[in-house]
Amino acid sequence: MRIGASTFAEGVDLSLYIIAGISIFFLVGITAVMIYFVIRYNKKRNPKATNIEGNNTLEVIWTVIPTILVLVMFYYGWMGYKPMRTVPGNAIEINAYGQMWKFSFEYPNGKLTDSLVVPLNRPVKLYLNSRDVLHSFYIPAFRLKEDMVPGGKNYLWFEANLKGKYDILCAEYCGQLHSYMLSSVTVLPVEEYEAWFEKAPTITDEHPGLTVMKQNACLTCHSQDGSKIIGPSFKGIYGHEVTVVTDGIERQVMVDDEYITRSIKQPGSDVVQGYMNGLMVSYENVLTDQQIKDVIEYIKTLK
Amino acid sequence: MTSTALNVNFFQAKKGLFSWIFSVDHKRIGLLYLYSLLTFFLVGVTLGVLMRLELLNPGKDFLEAKTYNQIFTLHGVIMIFLFIIPSIPAVFGNFFLPIMLGTDDVSFPRLNLLSWWIYIIGAIMALSTLIWGDGPADTGWTFYAPYSVKTGTNVTMSVLAAFVLGFSSILTGLNFIVTIHRLRTPGMTFMKMPLFAWALYATSWIQLLATPIIGITLLMIVAERFFGIGLFDPSIGGDPILYQHLFWIYSHPAVYIMALPAFGIVSEILPTFTQRTIFGYKAIAFSSLAIAFVGYFVWGHHMFTAGMSGPARIIFSVMTFLVAIPTAIKVFNWVATLYKGSIDLQPPLLYMLGFIFQFMVGGLSGLVLGALATDIYLHDTYFVVGHFHYVMFGGTGFAFFGALHYWYPKIWGKMYNIKIANIAFAIFFVGFNMLYFPMMIAGLMGMPRRYYDYLPEFHLPNMISTFGSWVLVTGLLLMLGNLIAGLRKKNQPKVGRDPWGGITLEWQTLSPPPVQNFDRMPVLPKDGPYDYEHKPVIKED
Repeated sequence: MRIGASTFAEGVDLSLYIIAGISIFFLVGITAVMIYFVIRYNKKRNPKATNIEGNNTLEVIWTVIPTILVLVMFYYGWMGYKPMRTVPGNAIEINAYGQMWKFSFEYPNGKLTDSLVVPLNRPVKLYLNSRDVLHSFYIPAFRLKEDMVPGGKNYLWFEANLKGKYDILCAEYCGQLHSYMLSSVTVLPVEEYEAWFEKAPTITDEHPGLTVMKQNACLTCHSQDGSKIIGPSFKGIYGHEVTVVTDGIERQVMVDDEYITRSIKQPGSDVVQGYMNGLMVSYENVLTDQQIKDVIEYIKTLK
Repeated sequence: MTSTALNVNFFQAKKGLFSWIFSVDHKRIGLLYLYSLLTFFLVGVTLGVLMRLELLNPGKDFLEAKTYNQIFTLHGVIMIFLFIIPSIPAVFGNFFLPIMLGTDDVSFPRLNLLSWWIYIIGAIMALSTLIWGDGPADTGWTFYAPYSVKTGTNVTMSVLAAFVLGFSSILTGLNFIVTIHRLRTPGMTFMKMPLFAWALYATSWIQLLATPIIGITLLMIVAERFFGIGLFDPSIGGDPILYQHLFWIYSHPAVYIMALPAFGIVSEILPTFTQRTIFGYKAIAFSSLAIAFVGYFVWGHHMFTAGMSGPARIIFSVMTFLVAIPTAIKVFNWVATLYKGSIDLQPPLLYMLGFIFQFMVGGLSGLVLGALATDIYLHDTYFVVGHFHYVMFGGTGFAFFGALHYWYPKIWGKMYNIKIANIAFAIFFVGFNMLYFPMMIAGLMGMPRRYYDYLPEFHLPNMISTFGSWVLVTGLLLMLGNLIAGLRKKNQPKVGRDPWGGITLEWQTLSPPPVQNFDRMPVLPKDGPYDYEHKPVIKED
C-alpha cells in the first residue's frame, strides 16, 4: 500500500489490517482443515464413511462467532469512516470540478488551477462538482474518494499530515480517456502554501484564448494539429465550410464567429458530420462573452 | 433387454437440427443452453485475454482507448448476461432438476423452449452491436448515466438486449418454482429435496422478483436517449444517483442469482465423493433462503462513494456484513462434510475444493469492501475487479465446470480421461489465481478499474496478471479439449447408471437418460436425499 499522508490513513489502514487479519486466519485455517480431511479420510485410509447428519452445537458456534466477528469488522470500518464525514468548521473551502478528462480547482480568492495545493496539517474541504458525466475524486495517499456527480452536492474533506506530492485519479469510468484523467495534490508547509496562495497568476505571453481553452479542457477533445480526438480539430477550421447535421439533416455551414459561439453555447445544435452528439456540454454559463471572443481569436490563428 | 420406448435415450429419440432447436425436452433444452453458453463464454474469454494483453505494459500496446472501453463493456455484458446469470440454472437446472425431483419434465416445457429462444434473440442483439453503427457500448456493463445517455455507441441495442435476456431469466425462474412446488415425486417432501433443488428454488424467486426492476430501468435509458425524457441526466432534469439505485436493486440480488446455484452444485458433489450425508442439510437449505432474502437489502454498498446520506451508508454496511453470515455457515458445513467421509478425489471434487478456496478469497475480500473506511479507499479500484472475479469465476465458474465433469457421464453416457482432467484443473487453478490475485494487489496500491492505461508503479501486478491469463487459457482449452475428446472416443466401456456412487435420483436412471427420464420408478432413500446408510441398490439392467 501507498504511504498514508492524511489523518484518515490510520483509521482506514487499521480497519484494513483487522479485516484482512481475521480473513487470512480463516482462509488459511479452513483451507488447512480441508486439505487435512482430504488426506486423512481418503478412501484408501477410510474405506467406510460415517454418516454425520449435523451438530446443533457446531451450527450455533459457527453462526455466533462469525456474527461477532463481522460486527467487529463493521465497527472498525465505521470508526475509520466517521471522521471523513465530520468536517471541522475552520476548513479551507475549495471548489473542485471534474470534466472529461480534467480536474480543476477554484480557490476562495478566485485562483484557478489544474492541480491542488494545500497546507500541511490544516483541514481542507472540497465541494465536488462535475460539468458533464460522473467522475470520482480519488487520492489514494489520503485514503479518500467521493464521486463527482453533475448537479450533485457531494463534498469531502481531509487534513494532510505529510509533505509531498500525491496522485489524484479519476475512479469512476467517464469515457474514452478516463485513465488519463489525472492530477496531483501538493502538500506544503503553511507559510509556503500562503505564499503560493497570495501569488498572482504569472503573466505569460500565452494567447488569452489558449489560456481559456486550457482551463476548460477544450483541448482534451479538440486538437490543434489536425488530429481527430473526440471532436473536430481546430486546425484550419475557421473560415472553412463544414458539413454539419442539424436535427438529422445534413447541411453546409461556414465556420465563423457566429457558428463557434453557437457551438460553445448549444453544442448539440449543429454537429460536424462524423462526430458524436451529446458528449459536449454547454459552456453558456461557464464562459464570459469576452472569453468566447478570445477563443475565437485564438482559433483564427490555428491555420 | 429389448429396445422399448422407455429406454431409447434422448439423443437417439429424434434426429436433425429442428428436433433440437424446437425440442420441448428439458434435457435437450439444457444442452442447447450448454452449447450456446459455452460459445458466448469463449467469446467473453477472448475479449478478456485481449484486455489483459493491452494491459501488459503501461501505454498503448495495440488497442485504441475507445476500442478497449468497448471490449471491457462487451466482456462484462457477455459474461454476466449471457454466461453467469443463465449458466448453472439454464444448463444443469434444466437438465437435472426434473430428474432429481423424479419427474419427466419441467412444468411448462413450451415456456422452457421459449426461454431459450428469447435468450438466443437477446444474445444476437448484444453481439450485433459489434458489426453496425458506432460499435458496442463503451459504458461498462453497468451503463451508468449520464454517460450512457450521452455516448454515441450502441448503448440502446445493448440495453435492449439485456432487457430481452431478462425475460428469459424470469421465465426460467417461474418454470422452476412451479416445477418444484408441483412435480416432486411422491414421498419427496421439501425437506427431502436435494440441495441443488433448494438452491434453484431460492435463485428462481430472485429471478422472478428482481429482474423486472432492471427491465424497466433499462427501458428508462432508452426513453431518455430517444425522447430526451429527463430521468437520469441532470442537464435535462434527471438524477444519475436514481439510476444507480435502480440498477443495483436488481444487480446486487443478481449476484446471488449467479452464486446460489453454485452453492447447490457444491452441496451435490460433496456427498457423492465423500460417500456420506451432507453435514447440516437444514442449515444449508435455509441459508440459501436467508441469502436470497437479505441479499435484497445490501445494494447500497455499490454506492458508498456516490453521495448517499451518512445513515444510509451505515445501514447498508451492516446489512452487507449480515449477508456474510449465512454464506460462512455454508462453508463450514461443506468442510464438515469432508469429515469422516470416504473421500474419492476425482475431478469434480477437485473443482469443488477449488471453489471453496476461491470463493472464500472472494467472500473475505468482500468483507473489506463492505466496511465503510476500507471501501472508500478501494471502491472502483482493481481490488473490486479481483474480488468479483474470485466470486463469479473462481466460485460460480468453477462450480459450473465441476458440474460439467460431474454430470458428464450421465448426460452423454461416456467418460473423459480422468488424468488429463486433473492436469487441466491444476493449470486452470494456478492460472486463475495468477490472473486475479495480482488485481487485488494493484487495487490495494490504488489503481482504479476500467483503466486503459496506468501509472508505471502498477506495472508488476498487471504483468503477472497478464501472464496468468495465458496459463488460465491453456488450462481451459486442455479441459474443454479433454471433454470433447471423451465424446468422440469410440468403443468406450459403458459408464453405467451410477459411475460416481451418487445417491440422488438421476443416478438411478440410464446414462444417457431415456426420453421420459426414468425406465423404472425411482426409489427415494429412507432418511433424506443423502442417506447413504439406506442407499437404494441400483441394478444396471
